[in-house]
Formats: sequence, C-alpha cells, structure tokens
Amino acid sequence: MFDTQPSRDELLALIAPCKGLPGPLLVMLHAIQDRVGYVPASAIPVLAEELNLSRAEVQGVISFYHHFRDRPPAKRRIEICRAESCQALQGDRLTAHIEQRTRLRLGETSADGSMSLQPVYCLGLCSASPALMIDGTVHARVTPERFDELLSQMETRE
Amino acid sequence: MSAAIVYVPRDASAAALGADAVAAEIDRQARDRGIAVRIVRNGTRGLTWLEPLVEVVTPIGRLAYGPVLPGDVPGLFDAGFLGGASHRLSLGPIEQHPYLKNQQRVTFARVGVIDPVSVAEYVAHDGFQGLREALRTSPADIVRIVTDSGLRGRGGAAFPAGIKWKTVLEQSAPQKYIACNADEGDSGTFADRMLMEGDPFQLIEGMTIAALGVGASQGYIYLRVEYPHSHRVLTEALAAARGAGFLGQNIMGSGAHFDIEVRLGAGAYICGEETSMLESLEGRRGEVRVRPPLPAIKGLFGMPTVVNNVITLASVPAILHKGAEAYRQLGSGRSRGTLPLQLAGNLKHPGLVERAFGLTLRELLYDYGGGSASGRPLRAVQIGGPLGAYVPVSQFDALIDYEGLSGIGALLGHGGIVAFDDTVDMARMARYAMAFCAHESCGKCTPCRIGSTRGVEVIDRIVAGVDRQQNLEVLNDLCETMVHGSLCGLGGMTPFPVQSALKHFPEDFTRGGSH
Ligand SMILES: Cc1cc2nc3c(=O)[nH]c(=O)nc-3n(C[C@H](O)[C@H](O)[C@H](O)COP(=O)(O)O)c2cc1C
Ligand code: SF4
Ligand code: FES
Repeated sequence: MFDTQPSRDELLALIAPCKGLPGPLLVMLHAIQDRVGYVPASAIPVLAEELNLSRAEVQGVISFYHHFRDRPPAKRRIEICRAESCQALQGDRLTAHIEQRTRLRLGETSADGSMSLQPVYCLGLCSASPALMIDGTVHARVTPERFDELLSQMETRE
Repeated sequence: MSAAIVYVPRDASAAALGADAVAAEIDRQARDRGIAVRIVRNGTRGLTWLEPLVEVVTPIGRLAYGPVLPGDVPGLFDAGFLGGASHRLSLGPIEQHPYLKNQQRVTFARVGVIDPVSVAEYVAHDGFQGLREALRTSPADIVRIVTDSGLRGRGGAAFPAGIKWKTVLEQSAPQKYIACNADEGDSGTFADRMLMEGDPFQLIEGMTIAALGVGASQGYIYLRVEYPHSHRVLTEALAAARGAGFLGQNIMGSGAHFDIEVRLGAGAYICGEETSMLESLEGRRGEVRVRPPLPAIKGLFGMPTVVNNVITLASVPAILHKGAEAYRQLGSGRSRGTLPLQLAGNLKHPGLVERAFGLTLRELLYDYGGGSASGRPLRAVQIGGPLGAYVPVSQFDALIDYEGLSGIGALLGHGGIVAFDDTVDMARMARYAMAFCAHESCGKCTPCRIGSTRGVEVIDRIVAGVDRQQNLEVLNDLCETMVHGSLCGLGGMTPFPVQSALKHFPEDFTRGGSH
C-alpha cells in the first residue's frame, strides 16, 4: 500500500493494464483500491479524463458501491456478518460482545483510525455462522471466546 | 513407499474454520517425522459442521477425520491416521456417511472429490465429456437438449434455460455474450461459491457449451468481491483450461473460440439482479434496467446475452454428456433435475444437500439438518434468501419444488434455507427485511427506496404499541405498494418476509408496548 497519496503518474500506471477492456471503470477502481487501500479523490479527474466521462459520473459509480472507500481504511478492520443465518446463531450476542471489547459501535471507526467495526451482509459462510472478517481474512463459527483469541492475535501482530 | 495422499479443503468455509493452518501443520509434522505426504487442497464435501474435514487415501477408500484443529494434527500422526487408524475424530469412509450417501449428487458429484484446479483429475472424472458432445452437435440441437432436460434457472426466477438460450441463438448480432451470475448475494446461500471453489472446470465447461449453443465468443463471470477464495480458484482454473486447450482459441482442436473473464462486483446486493449486473459489468452504477428489451435480445454492451446463474450453467455438462432424459427423469412435477439445497442458520448439521426435487422440508431439516443446533425447537425457516418468505413448523410437510413451495406462499429462490429456533423474534426479522431493502435499494423506484425506510419505522411503532391497529394497516398498504410499484424483485419481494412473519407469527408484533 501507498504511504502517501499516489501521484497522477502512479494512478495512470495502476489503471494502464485495464485500458483495453470493455467497460473498464469498475476494474480500474478495484485496481486502485487494491493498491492504494481506497479510491483517493485525486483519482476521479484522472479516471474521468481517461474514460471520457464527467467527474460526476465517476463519482456516482464510486458512491453506488459499498466496497469502494473514499478515505484510507482503519489499520485494523473488523467486518461482522449481520445477515439472517448469522443472526440465527447468536449474531446479536456476538456483535454486542465485539462492540464492548473494541469500544466501538457497529459502523464506527476509532478516532485515531486504528480500528473499524463494520456490518456486512452475508459472506457465504452461512453453514458456519456466525462469520466475520478481520483485515480481509474470514473466520467462521465465531464465539465470543474465539473472538477474544482473534483480538489478542491482532494485538500481538501490531 | 509412495507419498501418502491427504485431502484438506481450500474452500472458504473450511479456511474460515482453520483449514489452512491444519494443512500447514500436516506438512510440518510430516517433514519432522520424515514421512512423504502429498496434500491436495480439494473443495468441501459440504458437511460443514465437520470442517476442517481431513481425508486420507487408504486401500479401503477415503477415510475422514473432523473437525480437525491444528492442535489435533500431532495426535493424528501418532495414531497413524495416514494408514487410516482410528482416532477420536474418525468419521470412517466419507462416501458412506449418511449425509452424503443419501444425496443425489449430479452437479456436485466432483466437489470435494477432486483437486479443483487439476485438468487431469477433472478429465479422469468425466470432465469435458459434455463439451466433447456439444462440439459434434449443432447449436440448435444443443439448445433443444437443454430445453428437453427441463432445466430451469437456479438463480431465483426459475425460467427455463433452453428457452432463454433459444432467444439468444435466434438473434443475429456481431457479438453475443455468456454472462454468468456469480453474485450470490442471498444470505443462507453458498452453493455457487462451493461449486466454484470445488469444481470450477464444470462451470467453465457449462459456459463453453452455452457459447457453442448460442454462438457467443466471450464470457464473463460476475463474481461478488466477498468471494476472494473463489476468485483465486477461478483464476487458476481458467489458466489451466486455456493451457490444456479447453478454452480460448481452437477449443479441443475444433476451431471454435470462446474465452472467459472474471469481473468482480463491489458489494451491492442489487447487482445480482440481471440487468443491474449488466450495468455493473459495463462499469456503471448498478441501476436496474427497464425491461423490455430482454437481456437475451439486448444485453451486455447492447448485444444478445445469456445471463445464467452458476448452478444453472454448471448443470449443463452432465445434461450434454448423459442426455436430456437422464436429467429429466429426476425431480417432481415441473421441477426437473436436482437442486443443491443449502442448510444454514440454527441447524445441527448445516451444509449442502443435493437431491432431486420433491423431498419435504421436514426431511431436509431433521433427517439431514439434524434439527436445531441449540437443542431448542425450531420455529421458522426462511427460504430463498432475504426476499424469501418465513415458513412456520406447521408447513414443514410442504414439498421442495417450485410449485410445492409457491403453494404455501413461499419461493425456492436459490435454494438456501435458514433455520431459527424458538428464541427468534419475528418482528425483528421483519424489521431487518425492510432495513436490508433500504440499505440495498438502487434508488430507482420510490416504493422501494422510501417505502422500505417507512416500513422500518412503521414496524417499530407497531412493536412499541403506538396506534397498533392503524399502523398494521399502514404496513399492509405499504407492502402492497412495494409489491405492485417496484421495478424489480428487491422492492417487489421484500414484503414476502414481512407479510409472512406477520401472518404466521402475529404475536411477536404485539407483545410489547401499550395497546
Ligand atoms: C434483487 C435480486 C437479486 C438477485 N440476485 C441474484 C444472484 O445473486 N445470483 C443469481 O444468480 N441471480 C440473482 N437474481 C436473479 C437474476 O435476476 C436472474 O434471474 C438470474 O441471474 C438468471 O439466471 P438463471 O435463469 O440461471 O437463474 C436476483 C434477482 C433479484 C431481483
Ligand atoms: S425495486 Fe428497488 S432495487 Fe429494484 S429497481 Fe426499484 S429501486 Fe431499484
Ligand atoms: S448470513 Fe452470515 S455468512 Fe451468510
């Protein structure tokens, strides 16, 4: 990941491999977010120019999709599944536990940007509910005790 | 002595339960002990409560152990599991396990059995036989065989696949596309994921047969971004298929050309709706298109496009290989063939059960599912994802097929079933359905965009006991407006879970508050 905002040239280099593709905007946004960690505002005019779109159109696509972020992600990201199957197996209790442990409410990022807690809606792990993701890695059949283990592993990785 | 063969699934559900660490530990122990072991990362058998499920190849077949944690591995070596020795975690010959033995695995026949990215293993298990057949069959006959098989779309709408293909075949256009819907956004479903991670060549083969049938040269798999494991397996499999001459230029020496690209979604449930998916594939906001024109006539980039679900397409190779009649013979009524049912939520034995249509919910939930995981009585199941109806225990004798479920006001959808025990609060589930709709609405129609937010508020008032009778009427009117005034199923079907919860569990809405 980039430590500073990527330059125009760096952005152009990231999207260069997608240029021959039909309908490439989403592919380009993924390419940028995968490397930069988010889609910086400075990417909007670059994409608009490359694809002959208005800035508003590019902005409209970015804002439509839950996956694309317009600011750097928290250092540690917890995403907990709140969909039906996970609710059916004590997902509420697990969420309450995680909120208490992380001192974050669902949807919040800590003020120092060190951790975020977001809801997601089904990870396709419904036969092993409840499920969550930590920094992009999936965990299933998560109990409060198991979460505490994962949390302490997270802390030691810091 | 040749190396012992050990299978450890690479499927996301197994990985989320620690399978990667188990595989690493097996490798480490084997090295430390100077034993030659070959670890194959297969798909999952679909007995998820036993994952990570490790199998060893023995003279009497594949013996399973599970659920295995990394800490169990030294003990398994000590016990001699590589020779099939018994151990606390022994499950015996996996194919004799009743959960598997009593299934009819057609589309999932190879899932969990083979190395998903080995062309050689795929071919050794009847792989590419359907494609071979398709290459010596005319496009019109390919389409007719699929029509005759009775295969209906497995993504939700259950539209006959062959009829859709026929429309695309009949168009003359400079370019046609096969667009595989791998968005699998429905909660309680994971069959697409399990298939892609366990037998991706079958999907590739099915898409290629579709391309030959309708005259398409380019395919896309629209994969949800929440499935990075599937993405890795598909990427490896596509490269392997190309390398072996089963995809790309001159397929199997026939001169035919077809290629497939994976495109990732970006976390929008609505992009599973086919026209929204096409918009997204074109790089735009995933707003639903007005129909007509049908995607089969004017689809991706304005060209005739077959849009089919992963399981629909993956069902095709066996139909071409074994014939339409063999597939058609399975099933009940107008629901032909088999269906991968996905057991989720509060069940003792959650996982994947492929059976011909026509078993009852009760058989599925108790004989396979083993009843609740909590040990408490089941109270309701939701069938077919977040837009599916809630079904009470009193209707568990309904047959699982398209008509049987519509007879009780439910829809099969993609075949996911989420079970709840008697601690569930159905008013909360109804509220969740409305909130989910509000969160995922593409914003095009007012009843969906605004109505769902209103729905949340009205349910809150009902539960709080504020003007209860009046608000119940408001909720019903709101649901009717959503059903009739929405362009697509998100707004149009969100009322199903809400109204079924109200109908079957009215007491949950009137428990609290003043009256
Ligand atoms: C809100 C909504 C979400 C949908 N999500 C999916 C999905 O995730 N996967 C899928 O295959 N079909 C989904 N569908 C159904 C598709 O619109 C379409 O019917 C299907 O992809 C056609 O393929 P099939 O005939 O093989 O089922 C959805 C429909 C609606 C209305
Ligand atoms: S019903 Fe909802 S999701 Fe569907 S088109 Fe209308 S606003 Fe979009
Ligand atoms: S409902 Fe949580 S993983 Fe599917």
